[in-house]
Amino acid sequence: MSVSDQITTPLPARATADRRDTNWKIVRRPSYGRWAVDALLAFVVVGLCWLSFTNPNFQWDVVGKYLFHPAVLNGLWTTVSLTTITMVLGVGIGILFAMMMLSHDRFLKSFAAAYIWLFRGTPLLVQLIFWFNISALYPQINIGIPGGPYLFSFSGNSITPFMAAVLGLALHEGAYMAEIVRGGVQAVGRGQSQAAIALGMTRLQAFGRITLPQALRIIVPATGNQVILMLKTTSLVSVIALPELLYSVQNIYARTFEIIPLLIVASVWYLFMCSLLSLVQYFLEKKLGKGH
Amino acid sequence: MSVPEAMVFAEGVTKSFGSIEVLKGVNMEVAKGQVVCLIGPSGSGKSTFLRCINNLETINSGWLSVDGELVGFRQEGNNLIELREKEVAARRAQIGMVFQHFNLFANKTAIKNVMEGPVAVRRMNKVDAKRLAETLLDKVGLKHKGDAYPSELSGGQQQRVAIARAMAMEPKLLLFDEPTSALDPELVGEVLEVMRELARGGMTMVVVTHEMAFARDVADIIFFMDGGVVVEAGPPSQILNAPQSPRLREFLSNVS
Repeated sequence: MSVSDQITTPLPARATADRRDTNWKIVRRPSYGRWAVDALLAFVVVGLCWLSFTNPNFQWDVVGKYLFHPAVLNGLWTTVSLTTITMVLGVGIGILFAMMMLSHDRFLKSFAAAYIWLFRGTPLLVQLIFWFNISALYPQINIGIPGGPYLFSFSGNSITPFMAAVLGLALHEGAYMAEIVRGGVQAVGRGQSQAAIALGMTRLQAFGRITLPQALRIIVPATGNQVILMLKTTSLVSVIALPELLYSVQNIYARTFEIIPLLIVASVWYLFMCSLLSLVQYFLEKKLGKGH
Repeated sequence: MSVPEAMVFAEGVTKSFGSIEVLKGVNMEVAKGQVVCLIGPSGSGKSTFLRCINNLETINSGWLSVDGELVGFRQEGNNLIELREKEVAARRAQIGMVFQHFNLFANKTAIKNVMEGPVAVRRMNKVDAKRLAETLLDKVGLKHKGDAYPSELSGGQQQRVAIARAMAMEPKLLLFDEPTSALDPELVGEVLEVMRELARGGMTMVVVTHEMAFARDVADIIFFMDGGVVVEAGPPSQILNAPQSPRLREFLSNVS
């Protein structure tokens, strides 16, 4: 039964039984425009691949040579550990400051707001260089009771690039995470915590058992985004001479001048790590999406 | 001052939000085993008073006790001293509450919703809590819906789960805050039927409602509130058939 058949035959003239018994086939209208765009894109993709794999200046053999170079792997390890440490600290700081923002105490609220204002409002690059040069401001850092004995005491000069990097990244990340956590908690309706409190839970219990697990559904995707962002943001610490992934390949191409292939080496590793993280995020979101 | 046999005893209870005084001296007494309905126009303070009974709102002045115990305070001489949060929570655990918008825990199945109170507050082990939850879900006619999430249930089913959740704490008093107001008309009946069953079982209930037919059938006493005070109280026959105050007469002519 073709399309033209159906149109030319006046419907009332056809037997009802015929209409009912025919297995009508839906014929979709053609989308020439979409096919044209698809073809164009395919052409571009093939062209780009062709250009990159046939251009000898990419030096794919050099990429292969350095992909698992010990210096590169060391840099990768620094990047991964820096990302892990700063994200753990950042999420902790974020939860703490989100709770302060949500508290009824005016002072706690203002303190948290000021922190977020300062650390979101200045460039991370500036913060990193600032922490690295903290000794210009405080040659000696003492932590203790003012006027009393010190608990900790260390020289500002002893701030290593790694410490400066962790401080800068974690404090900056904490400010963003605070807003993400606050948004997630506020998105859970007040009725949820009310119901928990009416059952006889304390406010902390209601937060931990009812509000937070539901807020996580909203917090996790944004946090996943932050982790992926952080993985690449760590490359900024190359300015304070910390040999993470980018700085490691920079070190190599400063000697060999194989700039492009070594940047490709770094990019391959960044892409690989990001893909892994996206996968983790996907499964986490699936697990937390229950009930929705 | 408190009457020992009263489940709820309120005298001169006031509550303000900022400069707005919502309760202006509420007097009320609910005996054990009684079912009372609070009726009145919106903004009259019914829901606020209900929320004061389990201390979701703290009163500003007056005397409010549940089962002989002050709500949120303890008495020392002439001082009423605010209780610590844990003590407030412990007293609240003995009072069940059913909300207008059900407020089922959205990330938990029906049975987990019912188990949550016993497990988290009464420290019951999960096996016993599950058995208890199954019995209660059966009682509200939802034995087969235990594994459903709230989003998969109708409004009437959600509210019946919410009633089961409140019952799981084995409360001595059940509060209902307009339990059928958010329901489609054809779902109201199934919720009221569960509430009727509870009333027949001797549960003490305070119900804020607009369902006059339910109030007439089930209530021992109806309190009519307006402007933050109880204007008139009495058995349904008197309140609904022979209203004394002009405000109640006007209210009844508007709702029927």
